[in-house]
Amino acid sequence: MTAVHAPVSGLLDVERVAADFPILSRTVRGGNRLVYLDSGATSQKPVSVLDAERDFYTRHNAAVHRGAHLLAEEATDAYEAARATIAALIGAETRELVFTKNATEALNLVSYAFSNATAKAQHGRPLPSGAERFVLRPGDEIVVTEMEHHANLVPWQEVCDKTGAVLRWIGIDDQGRLDLDHPEHGLHAVLGERTRVVALAHQSNVLGTVTPVRVVADAAHAVGALVVVDACQSVPHMPIDVADLGADYIAFSGHKMLGPSGIGVLWGRYDLLEAMPPFLTGGSMIEVVRMEGSTFAPPPQRFEAGVPMAAQAVGLGAAVDYLQALTSADGSLSGLAAVAAHEHALTAYALGSLAEMPGVRLIGPADTTSRGAAVSFVVEGIHAHDVGQVLDDRGVEVRVGHHCAWPLHRRLGVAASTRATFYVYNGLRDVDDLVAGVRHAQSFFGVA
Amino acid sequence: MDLESLYQEIILDHYKRPRGRGLREPFDAEVHHVNPTCGDELTLRVTLDGDVITDISYDGQGCSISQASASVLHEQLVGETVATGLATTDAFVTLMQGRGRVEPDEDVLGDAVAFAGVAKYPARVKCALLGWMAWKDAVSQAVASETPEVAP
Repeated sequence: MTAVHAPVSGLLDVERVAADFPILSRTVRGGNRLVYLDSGATSQKPVSVLDAERDFYTRHNAAVHRGAHLLAEEATDAYEAARATIAALIGAETRELVFTKNATEALNLVSYAFSNATAKAQHGRPLPSGAERFVLRPGDEIVVTEMEHHANLVPWQEVCDKTGAVLRWIGIDDQGRLDLDHPEHGLHAVLGERTRVVALAHQSNVLGTVTPVRVVADAAHAVGALVVVDACQSVPHMPIDVADLGADYIAFSGHKMLGPSGIGVLWGRYDLLEAMPPFLTGGSMIEVVRMEGSTFAPPPQRFEAGVPMAAQAVGLGAAVDYLQALTSADGSLSGLAAVAAHEHALTAYALGSLAEMPGVRLIGPADTTSRGAAVSFVVEGIHAHDVGQVLDDRGVEVRVGHHCAWPLHRRLGVAASTRATFYVYNGLRDVDDLVAGVRHAQSFFGVA
Repeated sequence: MDLESLYQEIILDHYKRPRGRGLREPFDAEVHHVNPTCGDELTLRVTLDGDVITDISYDGQGCSISQASASVLHEQLVGETVATGLATTDAFVTLMQGRGRVEPDEDVLGDAVAFAGVAKYPARVKCALLGWMAWKDAVSQAVASETPEVAP
């Protein structure tokens, strides 16, 4: 029953790519082919990433930025070379890149700059030059959007609770796009002279919506606010240049872009990083330590307390190399542009296939304009958990639930949804298996 | 391959025709439980007459497993004593946490044995337990509020 597909332009050579990912050759649930459609949660890893980590441990392992022996030198060089590789991917300066445990920690690092600066200012304690930008007063406002992942919402709620700032949010329309012109929840309705931070996702992890960051950032900067972008679903999937994007910070995770778990990235404008008080404190983030008090290293070391995740950084560097070496099957595109074109073609095919199915309701933009490869839907009469269970039984692995975006689901009037996300190793055949699985769920539960 | 063992006919039947669904009065305690990973919610009320469970009423939204489980809970426990209800709950929890290696006792569990297949799917165990944990919470509140002060 495998459909034969006419050539679709923009696709990668999926069979060749998939061969680089050992896990994709295993079978699941009684011999079924693994159809992995949950890369939005975490991606699988190519063998080059696994090899890079293993090579680090087998040949160069030492605690980086400490010690003067040969291995310490090699480990530190490998760690810093990875930083340079990842910075180059997003058009950033190397010193502007901070390694964190994950994107959630990266976003917390920024949010804690505000609450920590506010607390220190209240007690007249030392702060870096320029830290006034991070001191919040009761009534100051932090703006988020209604489609945020909890990781770019809950930290800001916490900042508000600690400082007396007020949380406001930009609403979405029924298509799942930011409703920028809405009289109450639009961009200019919520931005004001008290706005200090605007935090938003570049691409919704549920709806696939790509937000107009530049438009929001320009408006935010016009009122003197800083712009924090959750780029977890964009950096792995499209070319990004931080200068063009217009944000002051972006956060993303390594494990969603073929890299290891345990590493995330914060990029920030250097003058802002310099003005921020530290987040986690301890070894290697200091300048001078005395019993009476301490001073801190310049960024990025100021924000990398303790022995860092060197092997994971090296692995992420290898993942970036892998992504940049990808080319379209027809040779027309390379790197992240090829990745974006591939996902665009898959998304168009998936949206078209699912839209034709009776009893299936897509949530999020119905066409591929400014839209990434997260496709979420509701099957009428079947809870997402049950849809996911039937799919899993056939080897099709999707995400079910609210995908850490509970307020978004509430806004859309959906308790839980089924989400398929595509990446470089997915092909049209995977979409066919998804559609066949949904159809099977409908017949199993007797709703179609 | 195991879909039928997970979704036993009894479960699908309770899902499509839930027993005792809807919130009723009077009640002795009401609780609201959620499954934070999927957003499933259940409001549940317990009514006692002495140590007899006279009603368990509930409302909520969730997957077939969580909704059917609440329906079976209602059917199994209403009319029983609190002690029997708690013993059944313990047996059900043991079954659910057994990873498929616990032999269910139909005499204790009744229709709830149909959930034995759920234990093989760790991600779904919370779904099956949602109603039972809500009931346990509600009955402990109801009993606590009824217990007379112990005379000095």
